[in-house]
Amino acid sequence: MTAIATAAPERAALARRIPWTLIVFLAAAAVPWLGSRYNVFLAEQIAIDALFAVSLNLLLGSTGLVSFGHVAYFGVGAYVCGILMKTYDVPFLLALPAAGIGTALFALVSGFFCVRLIKLYFAMLTLAFSQIVWAIAYKWNDVTGGDQGLPEIPFPNTDWMNNIPFLGDLKTGDQFYIVALVVIGISLAILHRIVRSPFGRVLNTIRDNPERAAFLGINVRAYQLAAFVVAGSFAGIAGALYGIFSRGVFADYVFWSKSAEVMIMTILGGMDFFWGPPVGALALVWLNQEITDYTQYWPFVLGTILLVLLFVFPGGIVGGIHDLWARARSRSRARA
Amino acid sequence: MLEIANLNKSFAGFRAVSDVSLSVETRQIAAVIGPNGAGKSTLFNLITGHLQPDTGTVKLDGRDITGAAPHRIVRMGVGRSFQRTNIFTKLTVFENIQAAFLVHNRQGRNFWGRSAAMYRDETAALLRQIGLHNQDRTIAGTLSYGNQKQLELGLALASDPQVLLLDEPTAGMSATETHETIRLLEKIAGERSLTLLFTEHDMDVVFQIAQKIAVLHQGRIIADGKPEDVRNDAEVRRVYLGQEEAKRA
Repeated sequence: MTAIATAAPERAALARRIPWTLIVFLAAAAVPWLGSRYNVFLAEQIAIDALFAVSLNLLLGSTGLVSFGHVAYFGVGAYVCGILMKTYDVPFLLALPAAGIGTALFALVSGFFCVRLIKLYFAMLTLAFSQIVWAIAYKWNDVTGGDQGLPEIPFPNTDWMNNIPFLGDLKTGDQFYIVALVVIGISLAILHRIVRSPFGRVLNTIRDNPERAAFLGINVRAYQLAAFVVAGSFAGIAGALYGIFSRGVFADYVFWSKSAEVMIMTILGGMDFFWGPPVGALALVWLNQEITDYTQYWPFVLGTILLVLLFVFPGGIVGGIHDLWARARSRSRARA
Repeated sequence: MLEIANLNKSFAGFRAVSDVSLSVETRQIAAVIGPNGAGKSTLFNLITGHLQPDTGTVKLDGRDITGAAPHRIVRMGVGRSFQRTNIFTKLTVFENIQAAFLVHNRQGRNFWGRSAAMYRDETAALLRQIGLHNQDRTIAGTLSYGNQKQLELGLALASDPQVLLLDEPTAGMSATETHETIRLLEKIAGERSLTLLFTEHDMDVVFQIAQKIAVLHQGRIIADGKPEDVRNDAEVRRVYLGQEEAKRA
């Protein structure tokens, strides 16, 4: 009897002690050696979308702000990094932080206006800002390349890797994949830390009850703006990586439908959990590829699958797994 | 401790609060009573900065706090619990109180610490004081109504207020819950040397714990003094207590 009673908590503690994040990171890093070029392409897409979705979730899941225009920050980051690297030959090591900072500044200005509105009006204004960014990208030929876009953005110089065992054997594109993975890993670690910080807890109180939060002594708008800037700058980092990954930045990247896509990833994965959005990114990118291979009606099939998934798991995939796990544990405890 | 002078507030021509003056001494337990729509909640909102008065002043311990933003007034030492329960529903009971401590200690700008490990002892002590220590892991939104009110009181106490404003602290509670809440309030007010100002519908509750009662009627204060004086006041009997007693009889 007592053996069963102690077995369950021990198993839970063991599951917690396994460094899951490290395992996932190493598995992702091993893709260039173990998988095909296509696998690397998929993994890189998933990793970048994961960071993009986690940055959105700082607004959606942590602060309760529904942004319909998050792609604007992704796009600004992609353009800043792409223009600096292609037009001005700035090295990646400077262009990437510049993309983050540039996006943060843009988020500060646009967010200043957005957080003055609530709920649906906030969402509409974020959408409006993203459409402005799209219009500028589409029309400002001299800088953004207009509808032609900004093709042939160079890979960062990864020659320094050539002397390192294993890494030296990789093609330039695969070497960039490793660089991107490290950047994404560090970014996710920082975001994870922020979500768990006192600042993150304050955001949660604003999500649950902004009026009460104000009467704890919180300047609600200032915190919403801070969340907006942090979320925007990490979306900018994701965008910068995406521009290099896809060898060009185009106005299409900034179109609003991309904002919807990242929101679907976040909700599908589970916005109450830090690792929900990455799981959603994995699921959506993978489903997208699989279904496109079989049928030209993939939006229809994808929509149906999403509908079913969200009905079965209202808390997203990770939320669903979490519930099943909690139910299994309480059952085993009841048995004991 | 709390001094309100000549406060006025109109909404589109309707005078919700009209020339209200009221003072509450340090460590006094004072009640504001009056029929629905008398202006009690408006008066509270004026004190806590949720509404701006048209004219008049609110002073806390001699300091003018009139029209300051709610989050500043909290920092100056005014805590408040709300008429409709007002807690953070998706967080656990423990996380609720812990968040209040984090904010009170100005940790909100800390992007890097581990919030779960901070102010644990203070949180646990306060939970024990408000009697929720056995439910610290419960998601706040799933608590019973009475317990949510207790938690809300805890949120107000975490900011270590000098003055506590309670808007109908026993509204919607069963007789037992009401009784327990009153005992809890009296105990905490004593332990923390709080100045208490509350509104309440339940006259038994009011006369049980209030040391001073102000009666609000159509935005005006028509009586203000010791409970026995207010109870015997002719006008109060006419507009308010009389109705209550008539209803009960």
